[in-house]
Amino acid sequence: MSSSRAAESLLALNQQEELEDLPREYPLSTSEDEGDSDGERKHQKLLEAISSLDGKNRWKLAERSEASLKVSEFSVSSEGSGEKLVLSDLLEPVKTSSSLAAVKKQLNRVKSKKTVELPLHREEIERIHREVAFNKTSQVLSKWDPVVQKNRQAEQLVFPLSKQQSIFAPIEHVVSGWKARTPLEQEIFNLLHKNKQPVTDPLLTPMEKASLKAMSLEEVKMRRAELQRARALQSYYEARARREKKIKSKKYHKLLKKGKAKQALKEFEKLRKVNPAAALEELEKLEKARMMERMSLKHQNSGKWAKSKAVMAKYDLEARQAMQEQLARNKELMQKIQAASESAEEEGGAEEEGEPFVPDVVNEVQVKADTPNPWMFRNHSGDTKEAEVQGDPEELAEPAAQEAPESEEEGPVVAEEILLKEFKERRSLRQKSRLNQIAKPVGSQEAKDLSSQEVLSELRALSQKLNRESHQSRKQELSSTRTVLAVQREEPAGEEEEPLLLQRPERARTLDELEELGKEGCFQNKELPRVAVEGQQLERNPSNHLGVPKEKKRKEQMIDLQNLLTTKSPSMKSLAVPTTVEELEDEERDQRQMIKEAFAGDDVIRDFLKEKREAVEASKPKDVDLTLPGWGEWGGVGLKPSAKKRRRFLVKAPEGPPRKDKNLPNVILNEKRNIHAVAHQVRMLPYPFTHHQQFERTIQTPIGSTWNTQRSFQKLTMPKVVTKPGHIIKPIKAEDVGYRSSSRSDLSVVQRNPKRLSIRHKKQLKKISVD
Amino acid sequence: MKVKMLSRNPDSYVRETKLDLQRVPRNYDPTLHPFEVPREYVRALNATKLERVFAKPFLASLDGHRDGVSCLAKHPKSLATVLSGACDGEVRIWNLTKRKCIRMIQAHEGFVRGICTRFCGTSFFTVGDDKTVKQWKMDGPSYGEEEEPLHTILGKTVYTGIDHHWKEAVFATCGQQVDIWDEQRTSPICSMTWGFDSISSVKFNPIETFLLGSCASDRNIVLYDMRQATPLKKVILDMRTNTICWNPMEAFIFTAANEDYNLYTFDMRALDTPVMIHMDHVSAVLDVDYSPTGKDFVSASFDKSIRIFPVDRSRSREVYHTKRMQHVICVKWTSDSKYIMCGSDEMNIRLWKANASEKLGVLTSREKAATDYNQRLKEKFQHHPHIKRISRHRHLPKSIYSQIQEQRIMKEARRRKELNRIKHSKPGSVQRVSEKKKRVVAVVK
Repeated sequence: MSSSRAAESLLALNQQEELEDLPREYPLSTSEDEGDSDGERKHQKLLEAISSLDGKNRWKLAERSEASLKVSEFSVSSEGSGEKLVLSDLLEPVKTSSSLAAVKKQLNRVKSKKTVELPLHREEIERIHREVAFNKTSQVLSKWDPVVQKNRQAEQLVFPLSKQQSIFAPIEHVVSGWKARTPLEQEIFNLLHKNKQPVTDPLLTPMEKASLKAMSLEEVKMRRAELQRARALQSYYEARARREKKIKSKKYHKLLKKGKAKQALKEFEKLRKVNPAAALEELEKLEKARMMERMSLKHQNSGKWAKSKAVMAKYDLEARQAMQEQLARNKELMQKIQAASESAEEEGGAEEEGEPFVPDVVNEVQVKADTPNPWMFRNHSGDTKEAEVQGDPEELAEPAAQEAPESEEEGPVVAEEILLKEFKERRSLRQKSRLNQIAKPVGSQEAKDLSSQEVLSELRALSQKLNRESHQSRKQELSSTRTVLAVQREEPAGEEEEPLLLQRPERARTLDELEELGKEGCFQNKELPRVAVEGQQLERNPSNHLGVPKEKKRKEQMIDLQNLLTTKSPSMKSLAVPTTVEELEDEERDQRQMIKEAFAGDDVIRDFLKEKREAVEASKPKDVDLTLPGWGEWGGVGLKPSAKKRRRFLVKAPEGPPRKDKNLPNVILNEKRNIHAVAHQVRMLPYPFTHHQQFERTIQTPIGSTWNTQRSFQKLTMPKVVTKPGHIIKPIKAEDVGYRSSSRSDLSVVQRNPKRLSIRHKKQLKKISVD
Repeated sequence: MKVKMLSRNPDSYVRETKLDLQRVPRNYDPTLHPFEVPREYVRALNATKLERVFAKPFLASLDGHRDGVSCLAKHPKSLATVLSGACDGEVRIWNLTKRKCIRMIQAHEGFVRGICTRFCGTSFFTVGDDKTVKQWKMDGPSYGEEEEPLHTILGKTVYTGIDHHWKEAVFATCGQQVDIWDEQRTSPICSMTWGFDSISSVKFNPIETFLLGSCASDRNIVLYDMRQATPLKKVILDMRTNTICWNPMEAFIFTAANEDYNLYTFDMRALDTPVMIHMDHVSAVLDVDYSPTGKDFVSASFDKSIRIFPVDRSRSREVYHTKRMQHVICVKWTSDSKYIMCGSDEMNIRLWKANASEKLGVLTSREKAATDYNQRLKEKFQHHPHIKRISRHRHLPKSIYSQIQEQRIMKEARRRKELNRIKHSKPGSVQRVSEKKKRVVAVVK
């Protein structure tokens, strides 16, 4: 006890010492009183407190006192002093020693550091843990945002999502890991090796390698260009051949064939001069053909067809011609091949008739009717002349007329080519050309006509006369021969038919045209005069026909065909139709008149206008008259409210919106709402749409296959979600969408230490706690 | 006289074989096909009617349990296998194609509270009222062997639910707390608690597999992170949540089946408002399961019906019920997304089509094209009143129907009352709270 007391006294001394120091540091208080009484001091304190209330003197003054009344045994009371007692101060009076300095230093260091705060409550810590963990998890989850968004908006989702993705590996890799095992495989490998086919990388044979090395870039380019050109040419020829093959005209093909035959003959001639041996062979071939012909009955007019024709031949001009043609063919084939000397003679003779062997550009018609035997030829033509006198005049006229300019233009071109070209042209022209025999350049024709010139001129005159004869006579004549002519056009039969063929188009055409006009007149009034005028023009200047637009030609061609097919109706109509154009117009007018008369009673247009006016009136908002008769004035029978009053009580209806059919003179639009339709109409704009037009557009686009092509139909009706039956759909995985799935196990952390946190974690935690 | 014929190439119209379709030359000139909208409208109307005609969703009823079916589980590898646990502790394994029970185990005493399969499909786990967790082999015992579990774990408290991890040999149970178990150990590797009420179900997130969700009887839903071994957040709803189910295609979305007749779809990053409230049931919702496509989910309710909801709609698109089906306790959507199974109080498991009017079996391409077209037409014209009326029309049992009417009246009354309150109080003093916000009591961090 005594020792403890001694310690106490020492402490008290120390304290006193310090207290004595204080006045030096702090200025003395104004009310320094040594009075011991407690009450006085309390009073003093009160005074001070009051004086400090005004705010001027807030400085808390230290109180000087002797040893305090309450002396605690645990600590030094610092009551009355404004400062805490610092431990280092206690050491001050003691003499400085090295050991103590170290302690002091330590103490200073400790002092400079902040005090450690109380540890947080356990729940608080857990809360922070949770928050950190939640933030982390949300971050992890937010990587799924784009995927989810994409899947929600996807047009189509196909499940299961994970597909067996095919891996692309270069073939060398695949092959290198593979060895031939079975005998068959080994055999194949051996073969490949023998051919030096590459099995592994690089996939080139030695040959290919060499060629690669050999060719320079320029060469390659040149070669490529060459090949390209060749290909282009080839395709061009192919296209041409195809086009030509498509041509249905028999005449054309016949001509083509003949042209070829002629070419062959020419070559044969040449060959004979150059290489007799080869020529002999060729000759033998021809001889063989002749033998075959002699053996067969093909062109002997003994077949079923020929017999049927023979029956008709008496009456049918055409049938007769066909039969003769057959015979001519037979004779041509059976003809013996001339020796060289003969052919020379022939040439001389042929010139008169139109020698077939000569590449005669000028005398085209005879060439076409190519018969090697001049005798045969003469005989044949004679027959035809007997048969039909009428056809002949045009025979030579037209082809010659068309050829003449061409031959002048394209001298160097091969004869056959010219022929073909000319034919083509004629084909195109045939349907529309309004050639007249009169207009044809007779002069040139006459120059070429050799033997039958006089006869021809006679006949031509005759035909001209015929042409100018009255319509009726011509019409009758034509209607009788019409069908025949039409068929003849399709079948270019020998030389004899040529005149008919060439003549026919114009005649038939004029007729057809008229018919067509007659037909069309009912539908299109405007068409008529134009076509008619055109026809007239063409008649006037036949050279103009080339300038007629192609569309026109085609159209006329179509009509022509139609006429051909329907034989009856034109013949019936023809009675009325083939007057002049003016007459037709008159008729048109008459018809209109007739229609007018027939429907004289009902004026539809006026009725309609009236109806519309009524509808407009009915739809207008009505004024409301609120006048009460008798109010404010006299009332009674026969008395009407005054105009002023009526004006006053008339409620004018606001003018409604303009009618939708205001600017449509031929239409009445009913703007009233249809109650029956309302039940099927959408009343409110449905959710995803923002404007009614949007919605209407989606409704108005049809999706059915009736309105869409198959592909777009499939695209439009694509189902949103496709699942395969019998396939398990697994939850989406990070790998499915191209994310790297975390390699570490979900358990790894848990197993190590459930509560341990990483350093980063701790930092985060700290940050949050500060906040 | 010569007759000219039109010539045609037979290749363009002759079929190669008899089975080929006739090629129909088409002209798409719109003038030839007028009235496209009215015609398509009629087609849509017919398609809608046909859909209702062919809507026969009920496929089969699997009977055999001797008590109410308390839980169902899908086999992860086999579509035809289903496991079910009953309230008498019996577990049955069913073959759906044969519609027969292929195995029967008396697994527990008392309820089988939860059942789940291992991700590889070789074994499954059950928890029961007898405070045990048992692991069973999927294949039955060979001849002479006894039916015994592979492992049995004796716990201190009752386990009310179980779910297996999607990739690893880990499973989670719930009861007093959420325990995470390693399959090899007899004690949990980690237990997580937050609050002291019993937890009714726990579910692993199928995509981010370290996440867990659980719901407890103190009205809250708690999310856990297994990697950090800590709960994440807790949301308290108006009433108790019975089960939750994660969306298998959207990692952060889950749906909670609540006692207040509604289902709540949450984004787990923003729990203060549900993404969608799904309401149509007229009694507590007991179970929910997502379709594997993540576009729909099915819910089982105490009102003796199951409903199918699209995730982005608040109203159901389909309701299934039969006269004999009682309170539906559990429901599962099969892994090929074609069928739905539900287990109910009256001891049966029922198999339904997920799409009521879908034709089962292989479809020819024409059939497929026709159904696709019809589907698209129905979608296109779905807002038209006639079509809407027909497609929405369902026959309901009288109890549900009258309940719906009643609840509609109640809802209207509540709304009116709120409006009146706003009307008769100082402007601005009564705030309108959105329906979504109203349902969430609090979010606890």
